[in-house]
Amino acid sequence: MQITINGKPEEMQADTIMDVLKQKDIDPHMVAVELNTQIVERDRLETTNVQDGDTLEFLFYMGGGA
Amino acid sequence: MSFSDEQITRYSRHILLPEVGGKGQKKIARAKVFVVGAGGLGSPVALYLAAAGIGTIGLIDSDVVDRSNLQRQVLHHTPDVGRSKVQSAKEKIFLLNPDVNVETYEDRFTASNAMDYIAPYDVVIDGVDTFPAKFLINDTCYFAGKPLVHGGILRFEGRVFSIVPGQSACYRCIFNHPPPPGLVPNCQEAGIIGVVAGIIGTIQATEALKLILGIGNPLTDRILDFDARKTAFREIKTKRNPRCPLCGDHPDITELFEHEQEACQLQVPGVLGTS
Repeated sequence: MQITINGKPEEMQADTIMDVLKQKDIDPHMVAVELNTQIVERDRLETTNVQDGDTLEFLFYMGGGA
Repeated sequence: MSFSDEQITRYSRHILLPEVGGKGQKKIARAKVFVVGAGGLGSPVALYLAAAGIGTIGLIDSDVVDRSNLQRQVLHHTPDVGRSKVQSAKEKIFLLNPDVNVETYEDRFTASNAMDYIAPYDVVIDGVDTFPAKFLINDTCYFAGKPLVHGGILRFEGRVFSIVPGQSACYRCIFNHPPPPGLVPNCQEAGIIGVVAGIIGTIQATEALKLILGIGNPLTDRILDFDARKTAFREIKTKRNPRCPLCGDHPDITELFEHEQEACQLQVPGVLGTS
């Protein structure tokens, strides 16, 4: 299936958002996740399914400023 | 309030804009903006807001200028090394535009003083470099009902978005809480290309002016991420999160507190770059 991750369409096999994170080797503690513009909290990453055509955003923390 | 001939000349390029005009310039002159941090982001924000003729700029920072700051903190010059950042900032702002009233606070922004500090101001700018401070600013603005322009920078990247409390998504709607200590580096540990502070800071200043003037579309419910390596902006649409611990339907944050300061060890982050 095809999902769009951070603006880029990607072909992948995954059931849940957590599967996608694992395939991308992203620690879920390092990102905020949005599925089709809706924030998905970390406690729901393993139970939220992804489907063909979904749009995922992984927002990495950015804490600098000084 | 009426402008002198000198002021009309100084602000003429603003006054020419139909969206600003004399009326808008007076709004700017009456506005009070609070800038938390007189560093990488605080520098361009304060300088551009001062040039624009903001009535009062409040600056809080407890640090002194370090030589390693000069690569990006354009408020501070070489002879300022070792001096108080807010004092250095106040002098530069006065030289740029003596119309601006600068209130300086050589202090840390904490859960116990935050509400008092931001109370007199109309708009708040996040120019801090730790997650606990970013969350504290977000929470304070929510409880005080003050619009906030968030900014973050790291390496070659930056992020900016505006928050109108109770109306648009807040920082906690998206990030909920700080990352575990040591997982995400700060600029001191990971580096920052100096100009990114300028790019993000000037967008923050633009947002503050738009909020004051009530013009255009504010950067609310949209996160703007910038990558200097690609010279590319990306906009991520977002919305209020009903499960937000601060502004959601069943909030469990009911008063200000400070998250623990992150430890200063660096772990190299995973793939995908940062967005």
